[in-house]
Amino acid sequence: MLLTTLMLIPLIGSIAVFLLPSAKDLLAKQIALGFALATLVGSVLMVLGLDNSVGGLQHSESYNWIPAFGISWTLGVNGISASLIVMAAILVPVVIVAGWWDAENSGRGNVKGFFALILVLEVFVIGVFSANDLFLFYIFFEAMLFPIYFLIGKFGGPQRAYAAMKFLLYSLVGGLFMLASLIGLYVVSARELGQGTFDFETLTTLNMDPATQKMLFLGFFFAFAVKAPMVPFHTWLPDATAEATPGTSTLLVGVLDKVGTFGMLHFLLPIFPEASKFYAPAIIVLAVVSIFYGALLAIGQSDVMRLVAFTSISHFGFIVLGIFVMTSQGLTGSSFYMVNHGFSTGALFLVMGYLVSRRGSKRIADFGGVQKVAPILTGVFLISGLSGLALPGMSSFISEFLVLAGTYAVNPTAAIIATFGIVLAAVYILWLYQRMMTGVPSKEVEETVSEISQRELIAIAPILAIIIALGFVPQVALNVINPAVEQVQTYVGVTDPEAVVGIEGSGS
Amino acid sequence: MNVSIEYQALAPIIILLASGVLSVLVEAFIPRTFRRPIQLVLVLASIVLAFAYVVINASTAVIADPISSGGQIKGLRELAASGAVAIDGPGMVIQGIILLVSFVAALLLAENNVDPQGDAFASRSSTLPGSEDERQFTAQGWLQTEIWPLFLFCVGGLLLFPVSNDFLTMFVALEVFSLPLYLMASMARRRRLLSQEAALKYFILGAFSSAFFLFGAALIYAATSSVSFSSVAVAMENSSQDGLIIPGIGMIAVGLLFKVGAVPFHQWVPDVYQGSPTPLTAFMSAATKVAAFGALLRVFYVAFGGMRWDWRPVMWVIAILSMVIGSLLAVTQTDMKRMLAFSSVAHTGFILLGVISTSAAGLSSTLFYLLAYAFTSVGVFAIVGLVRDASGEATHLSQWAGLGKKSPWMASIFGLFLLALAGIPLTSGFTGKFAVFTAAVDGGATPLVIVAVVASAVAAFFYARVIVLMFFAEPPADGPSVVVPSAFTTVAIGICAAFAVLLGIAPQPVLDLVINAGLFLR
Repeated sequence: MLLTTLMLIPLIGSIAVFLLPSAKDLLAKQIALGFALATLVGSVLMVLGLDNSVGGLQHSESYNWIPAFGISWTLGVNGISASLIVMAAILVPVVIVAGWWDAENSGRGNVKGFFALILVLEVFVIGVFSANDLFLFYIFFEAMLFPIYFLIGKFGGPQRAYAAMKFLLYSLVGGLFMLASLIGLYVVSARELGQGTFDFETLTTLNMDPATQKMLFLGFFFAFAVKAPMVPFHTWLPDATAEATPGTSTLLVGVLDKVGTFGMLHFLLPIFPEASKFYAPAIIVLAVVSIFYGALLAIGQSDVMRLVAFTSISHFGFIVLGIFVMTSQGLTGSSFYMVNHGFSTGALFLVMGYLVSRRGSKRIADFGGVQKVAPILTGVFLISGLSGLALPGMSSFISEFLVLAGTYAVNPTAAIIATFGIVLAAVYILWLYQRMMTGVPSKEVEETVSEISQRELIAIAPILAIIIALGFVPQVALNVINPAVEQVQTYVGVTDPEAVVGIEGSGS
Repeated sequence: MNVSIEYQALAPIIILLASGVLSVLVEAFIPRTFRRPIQLVLVLASIVLAFAYVVINASTAVIADPISSGGQIKGLRELAASGAVAIDGPGMVIQGIILLVSFVAALLLAENNVDPQGDAFASRSSTLPGSEDERQFTAQGWLQTEIWPLFLFCVGGLLLFPVSNDFLTMFVALEVFSLPLYLMASMARRRRLLSQEAALKYFILGAFSSAFFLFGAALIYAATSSVSFSSVAVAMENSSQDGLIIPGIGMIAVGLLFKVGAVPFHQWVPDVYQGSPTPLTAFMSAATKVAAFGALLRVFYVAFGGMRWDWRPVMWVIAILSMVIGSLLAVTQTDMKRMLAFSSVAHTGFILLGVISTSAAGLSSTLFYLLAYAFTSVGVFAIVGLVRDASGEATHLSQWAGLGKKSPWMASIFGLFLLALAGIPLTSGFTGKFAVFTAAVDGGATPLVIVAVVASAVAAFFYARVIVLMFFAEPPADGPSVVVPSAFTTVAIGICAAFAVLLGIAPQPVLDLVINAGLFLR
């Protein structure tokens, strides 16, 4: 019941906000924030209640929903999904505080609608990470699109309708291919078990022949690759983030896109172990391409929001790489990376949002010399940026290192090539800093860019604190994640390669 | 031969046809001012009564079960009227859906608050469009209450069509419901020339397809010396008359596929949907399609079930063409009614997936899809009829811009219907699609499902485009508005919306119903 209750809190909150009379904007925001904080407390209690000695699903619950199709309301979390839920629960109140005036600033009113949509989104996010009936997962996977669609389409920038439509269509097409695979999986399970099922743990026990696995794998992978997003299915992301409000972008890239990589890790590997191993080399190539393509395009952007979007494509490349090398270091690194990336990209989007709302322009060229007029804001920018380039001491460094170490053990070539991605990350972040923050401020920058406000600081400070804290004591998160990773490896039937250091070279 | 009439089994059909006769008498003898209320009560009461009889029949214990079903199936399973009519589980489900949809459609037809001049039908359809007579009758507020007997005969025919058990009864039923539709299609109050053109087109093409059907039945009779489905099926197994049987099946298929609006027999659909009075479009798009699919299922499962290896490849092609062409042409439309018409063609393709499965799952999923689709379709056209400006309905897509700002509630419900048509999870359309696709994969039609998935993606685009237009675009200065309807339309839309949500969230009771309906009586 714990997980259902956790979903009910934001749901009740969104209904309460929606039903308020439209004049009560302040009250709507306060109620939304209150329910978001209550959800955060609940999710922290949920993760504290996990038993870290087992890797299977916990807090499980299951009720029949549509027995005719073998569909049930089955929820349960392991360390990976629980940490993602906590990450989402932290980001939602942050986004609410950071986007306190976004609805008014969009000039299209309906303040309570904005906050109600954010809470609805939180309901679906908790659902999608805790669903362990594949059909239920699919429902949340699709349902998530609509709050974001309206958040972009109603409150976004001038090209919002185009961006919202592009986002929706890409996701729907991906989702439909997943549906086709889902139906195939259902039919396979019905033939093997007599009664079709969508239950995740039952599906991992199926003995599918490799050819079927490979077919069904592709449908799921396509949906997840669009969502993650990986090159070449990524083109919706820069458009969406360029038009959405910074808070929406944070939730979209920080939380929603994780569903893609989470799905690969949590569903694809355990249910289709043979197919995953078969496609792994190709996917690793795609991941390395994503790392470079994202980073190179980030360097070339002139729009700050698009720049952050492309850095994320590069980061998702790392996450996918760590998943498909299937070593414990790689998988742990990727799981941890998902959490860290949520925070560091969130911080980057929010701080860019602060800057853009002051200057009234998203063009990098319109900034310059900000550190002279707003030193604290500049400092916040620097910490977020350094987290984005995975500086040692930041949590993102640990995860990136784990991914690369885990990759090197099985695929040194990919690891070496991917390491150069880190150099490019330094280029896009530091060059961005140089262009926006250093130098002599222009007249417009002096007039418009003011110091960070108290509200903005309160919103972003918790994320920065977490980034640094997890950089020094990553064990807090890794202890929760590790058992779940071992469980995934058991499902796939892989073990880590023996430590080869010193053996290969000692032939003489 | 001893002719026996099973009155209880046939009661729904008899009630509707008898009310039709009664309704003609009302037209003949009751003064004009009282006709409308009396006709309305008669129509609604007879539909409710007929539905009650369907429910009674469905819950009557089986007395004599011709094919042993282990005593599991509750409800009537008998051949009535000397074997001309087969009342069985799927047949009664189809009848129930037709009656429910007809009830809702009757509420829409009764609406007279939306158009300042009266209801959706011409004040007197015998007058020339634009003539002095027309103006006079309109000014005097005449109403064409003759639509009600036509409507009753039409529903009666629709009820008979899917339970007909031989080709001749089926042909008679086809004509009984088609002729009133041809007439009613021509009687729109606004844009009468368009309406009359649509009706003529519908009549000529419909007559053609009826002829095909009859010719096919004649060929089948020549090959098997029977018109009854079960004896045709038996005779076909031992027959070597493929030269007669294959063309016969093809021609009957043409007749039925015309009625469901499958490509390449869909040419009438956009014109007729656009030209007809909108409440009638709602009725046609739902009830006619349900009945025609009911008949199609029965013919191809019962009479031609043994020949499925011969007709399946053709049906594959038709299903693919319907899905692809329907979706692609819908994208190019600028008129709301025409767009919905092409979307209905695409849905025909999806439903054909269930027909092609030729399994118990295929049958039950098709029934579920029909129920889900029928209510969404009625609901969608009900709202199309409410968006008006001074010259009548505003059906051009650009006129719908910003409607979400002017009437958020109506626009939201319309959005709900569009999402259901697109098959988004938690709506009725999704459950239907899921059921049909699953049956198709299980029946070995995986490539068809992949085409269906791609077509759904295309379809999602044009549905989403309307939602974008309604909610994200600025309303034009002199745009139309949503007229506040009377209780009739409000109730009708409410029922449709409830079905769209409930069948998405809690479909289990209805799934049980269609699964327990069992197979066709042979």
